[in-house]
Amino acid sequence: MSSAAFIRNAAETEWVLPSRGRVGMVSLIAAESAIFTIFVVAYIFYIGKSLSGPMPKDVLETPIFNTICLLSSSLTIHLAVRALRNARVNAFGLWWFITMVLGTIFLVGTGREWQRLIFEKGLTISTNLFGTTYYSLVGLHAFHVTVGLIGIVLAMIFTLLGKVEPAHSERVDVFSMYWHFVDAVWVVVFTVVYVIGR
Amino acid sequence: MSKVAGIAVLLAGGLLAATLCFGAPASPSQIPSIFKPESTPADSIFRLSLLVLSITGLIFAVVFSLLVYSVAKYRRRGADDGREPPQVYGSNQVELAWTVIPVLIVLVLFLATARVIHSIQDARKPSGAIEVIAIGHQFWWEFRYPALGVVTANELHVPVSDPADSSPTFITLLSADTDHSFWVPRLAGKTDLIPNRVNHTWIDPHETGLYLGQCAQYCGIQHAKMLLRVYVDSPEQFDQWVHEQKRPAVANGSVEEGRQIFETTACVNCHAVSGTVADGRFGPDLTHLMSRDTIASGAAPNTPDNLRTWIQDPDSIKPGSLMPAMKLSEKDLDALIAYLETLR
Amino acid sequence: MSSETIALTTIGEAERPIGERLHDWVVTVDHKKLGILYILYALLFLVIGGIEATILRIQLIVPHNHFVSPEVFNRMMTMHGTTMIFFVVMPILFGFGTYLIPLMIGARDMAFPRLNAFSFWMTAFGGLLLYFSFIGGNGLYGAGAAPDVGWWAYAPLTSRAFSVGHSTDFWTLALLASGVGSIGTGVNFIATILCMRCPGMTLGKMPLLAWLNLVVGGMVILAISPLTAAQIMLCIDRYLGGHFFDTQAGGSAVLWMHFFWIFGHPEVYILVVPAFAFVSEIVPIFSRKPIFGYPIMVAATIAIGFISFSVWAHHMFTVGMSSYGNSFFVFTTMAIAVPTGIKIFNWLGTMWGGKIQFKAPMLFCIGFLFQFLIAGLTGIMLGAAPFNWQLSGSYFVVAHFHYVIVGGILFAVFGAFYYWFPKMSGRMYNETLAKWHFWLFLIGFHMTFDFMHIPGILGMPRRIYTYEPGRGWEFWNLIVTIGVLFQIAAILIFVGNLLWSLFKGDPASSDPWDAWTLEWSTTSPPPEYDFATLPVVKSRRPLWDLKHPEDPDWKYE
Repeated sequence: MSSAAFIRNAAETEWVLPSRGRVGMVSLIAAESAIFTIFVVAYIFYIGKSLSGPMPKDVLETPIFNTICLLSSSLTIHLAVRALRNARVNAFGLWWFITMVLGTIFLVGTGREWQRLIFEKGLTISTNLFGTTYYSLVGLHAFHVTVGLIGIVLAMIFTLLGKVEPAHSERVDVFSMYWHFVDAVWVVVFTVVYVIGR
Repeated sequence: MSKVAGIAVLLAGGLLAATLCFGAPASPSQIPSIFKPESTPADSIFRLSLLVLSITGLIFAVVFSLLVYSVAKYRRRGADDGREPPQVYGSNQVELAWTVIPVLIVLVLFLATARVIHSIQDARKPSGAIEVIAIGHQFWWEFRYPALGVVTANELHVPVSDPADSSPTFITLLSADTDHSFWVPRLAGKTDLIPNRVNHTWIDPHETGLYLGQCAQYCGIQHAKMLLRVYVDSPEQFDQWVHEQKRPAVANGSVEEGRQIFETTACVNCHAVSGTVADGRFGPDLTHLMSRDTIASGAAPNTPDNLRTWIQDPDSIKPGSLMPAMKLSEKDLDALIAYLETLR
Repeated sequence: MSSETIALTTIGEAERPIGERLHDWVVTVDHKKLGILYILYALLFLVIGGIEATILRIQLIVPHNHFVSPEVFNRMMTMHGTTMIFFVVMPILFGFGTYLIPLMIGARDMAFPRLNAFSFWMTAFGGLLLYFSFIGGNGLYGAGAAPDVGWWAYAPLTSRAFSVGHSTDFWTLALLASGVGSIGTGVNFIATILCMRCPGMTLGKMPLLAWLNLVVGGMVILAISPLTAAQIMLCIDRYLGGHFFDTQAGGSAVLWMHFFWIFGHPEVYILVVPAFAFVSEIVPIFSRKPIFGYPIMVAATIAIGFISFSVWAHHMFTVGMSSYGNSFFVFTTMAIAVPTGIKIFNWLGTMWGGKIQFKAPMLFCIGFLFQFLIAGLTGIMLGAAPFNWQLSGSYFVVAHFHYVIVGGILFAVFGAFYYWFPKMSGRMYNETLAKWHFWLFLIGFHMTFDFMHIPGILGMPRRIYTYEPGRGWEFWNLIVTIGVLFQIAAILIFVGNLLWSLFKGDPASSDPWDAWTLEWSTTSPPPEYDFATLPVVKSRRPLWDLKHPEDPDWKYE
C-alpha cells in the first residue's frame, strides 16, 4: 500500500489550527456561563416573591467600590499579559500583583457585606427566597473569584521565584480569559441584583 | 444467517403462542382506554390523535417500504464482480424534496394541534358548570364542592352532561404536598397537581357510568395505589348524592362506644366527621365513609373486614401509606368498626 | 513505507508483571486506553442496569405481585434509569469518541490527555458513589438508601420533608461528580476536533463521526451545566435551608422541572447523536458507497443541536402552562423532526444503489434505521400536546424512549462494537455468535417494547410498583416481561463473544472491512502513538484515495 498520500509536502500552504488552550478555555467559559445563567434566571424569577423577611431595598447597599476594584483588575491583568508578551517581566510582576490585590479587596468586601447582612440585617440563605437566591448567586460568583485568585496567587509565587518567562505569555493570556469572564459575570450579577432587583 | 434467524423466530413464536393462552380478557367498560373517549376533551384529543396517527402511519408506510426495498434490492449478490458500485455523493433536488415535504407536514400538524390546545385549555366555563376543587395528597384525593357544601375523598361524583345543555364539571387542581396528576383517560387528558400552583381541567361526560383512573405523576412510595373513581350520575342521582353528602354525620346512639374511641384516639388528628369534634384535615373526610365503594383511595373494597385490616395494619393493604397502624384491642376495634359503619 | 512496519513490537509485553500492567491502566492518559476503560465500565453497568430492569419486569408480570416491596421497586426504578443514562450510555459513547476521534482526525491523542483521564475517573467515581447508596440506610436490606425519587428527582419530592435520609443526596452528588467529568469530556472533544486535525483535514473533510461529536461536545457543555446548577440549588435547599424549590416558602416546583428538562432534553440528543455518528460511518462501508449528502448531514446535525435547546417543555405539557406556551413547544418539537428525518433519508440514500453486506455491524445499523424511524414517529405523537396529555406519564412514553435508547442507540452501539472491535483488540469477533446476538435481541426488543405501547394507550401510568387487574393490562405486561428473557440471552451471547474473541479470535488486519477513514490505516490495535508520521489528507476518504488512485474522492468533492 503506497503511502504517497501521507508524505508531507513542505511546500504546501501552512496548516494552522486554533490554539487548544484558547478553545478549551472558551468551552469552559461557555459551560460556566450556562451555570450562571440558571442562577440568574432563578434570581430574576423569584424577585418580589418572598413571602416574608427583609426585601432587597431594605438591606442591600450598592457595592460601588468593590465593583470598581474588580473591573479595574480586568484592566490590570490585561496590562500584565501585554507586558509579559513584550518581555517586560518586572512590569508583568507589578501589574499581576495589583490584580491580586484588587481581587482580594473584592473578596474581602463581599465577605464584609455578608457579615453586615447576616448579623445586622438578619438575612441568611434560609431566611426567604431573596436570601436564598442572593447568597447563591453572589456566592457562586465569589467562589469563581476565589478559584481565579488562587490561580493568580500561584502565578505570583512563580513570578517571585523568577520562574515566569515571556514564553509563558500565551498560557497567562488564556488564564486571563477566565479572569475577564469572572468580571463579566459580575457585571451581570451586579445589574440583576443591585439595579433590577432592588 | 437465515438458519439462525429461523431458529430464533421459532422460539419466539412458540413462547408467544403459549402466552396467548393465558391472556385474561377484561370487562370492556372498565378499561380506561384513551381511544374510548366519553367526554369532550378526551374526544377532541381522540380526533387529533386520528389525524396524527394517519400522518405518521403514512410516513411509516412509505419510509418502511423504501427501507425494506433498498435492503432487499441492493444487497450484494452471490455472483458479485467485486467492483464498487457507483459512488454517489448526494443530490440537491432529492434533499430539497425531502426537506420541503416534512416542513409542510410539520406545519399541518402544528396548526391542527394548536387548535385543539386552544379549544380545550381556553374553554369558557358555562354558568351551569359544577365546580370541584381537587387537592392531591400522598396518597389520596380530596374533593370539595364549595358551591354545594360537599367534602369527600377519592370517589368523584359528577352529573352527566347533555351536549345540548352542557353541565360540565370544572376542576381546580391543588396539592397539599408533592406533585400528582389527575388522569381519567376516557374523560380528559391528564393535568398535574403541583403545590403552590393552581391548575385547571374540565370534563363533560356524555354517558353515565364508572370511569377509572389514577395518579400519573410519581409522588412517592404509594403512587401506584392512588386510584381514581369518577362516578358519572344522571342528574337525579347526582342531586340525590349531593343531598346525602351535605348532611352532617349520622348520629346513631347504639355505636356510642365506637364514637368515643374515634374521638379520643388519634383518629381526630387526621380525619373529619362533620357534626362532631373530629375536624382533622390530613386524611380523608369520613363523614360519609360508607357511601364509598372503596377505601384507601381505591386500594381495597369498602367492606367491614377490609376496614378492620386497614385500621389495624394499613401496611398490609398499602405499605408505606401515611395511615398509622392504630394498635387497638380487638374489642375497641369492633366498636370502632361498628361506629364507622354507620357513617353513611 | 507503510505504517505497519513501524508498529511497536509487543515482545516483552506479556512478560511485564500483572501489577505493572494494571498500574499502567490506572494512570494512563492514552486516549485509547481511556476509551476502553469507559466502554468496559459502561458494559458492567449495562449488565447491572439490566438486572434492575429485570427485577422491575418480574414485579410487573402479574397484577398485585409481591416479588419486591414498593420501596425496593421505587429504588430499582430510579437506579435503572439513572444508571442506564449516566453510567451506561454516556460513558459508552464518550468511550468510543475518545478512542476514535484522534485516530480519525490523524492526531496522536486528545487535546487534553490528563483532563481526559480526570473526566473518566470522575465519571467512574460518580457511579461508585451512586451504588454505594445500596449500603447506606438499612444496609443491603430493602435496597439500602438507593435513590427512590425517579431519575428526574422532581421537587418537592426531593426536599428533606419528603425524602428522608440520604437517598436523594446520593443521586445529587453522584451526578454532580459525573457531570464534572462529562463537561471535561465535552471540552476535550471540542478542543481536539477544532485544534488537532491533521494537515489537509479541513472541517469539511473530517469524518462525520468527528462532526457529530463536535456538536455533542457543544451540547454537553451547555446542557450538563443547567443540571449541575439545579443540583447545587437542591443541595442548598436540603442542607443550607434554602428555598429554591420549597413550595411552602413560595418556591416553585415547576422551576426544577424547567431546569431539569433544559438539561434533560438536549441530554437525549447527546445520547443519540453519537449513535447517528456510528451509523454514518458503518452504513457507507457496508453499502460500499460514500455517505449520501455529507454537507446536509452536517447541517442537519447542527440544526438538531440548536433546536434541541428549545423543545424542553414538551416534557411538561401536563403541568398547566398556558395554551401559548404549550403551542410554542409543540412547534419546536415538530420542527426538530425535520432535520432528524432528513438524516434517515440520507442513510437510506446511502444504501440505495449500493452493494449491502449483512455483517453484524450492518445488521445492527439496519435495525437502528427501522426502529429509530418508529421511535421518531411516536415522538411526533407525543409532541402533539393534547395527545401528550393522554400519553405522557404512561407506558406509552416508556415504550417510546426505550425504542429510541434501546432500539436506536443500543443497536447502533452494538454495531459500533462489532465494527471497531477488530481495531481495538486486534482480533476478529465470531460472526455466527454475533448474528445470534442480533436476532435474539431483535426478537426480545420487539416483544418487550412494541407491546409496551399498548398498556399506555389503555391508561397504565408509569413508575407504579403494581397495577389493578381488570383494566386490560395484564396480558401485555406478561408479553413485555417475557421479551426480557430473549434480551438477556442475547446479551449473554454478546459478552461471551467479546470475551472468547479477545483470546481466541482470528488476528485482525489493520483494515478488515476495506474501509476509508484514517483509523484503518493503523495496525490493529494501533501503536501507542497512533501514527508514526502524521497523515496528510486531501479528501473525506483518504484510504479510498489510496486504494483508488485513478478515481480519488478529491476530484469530486
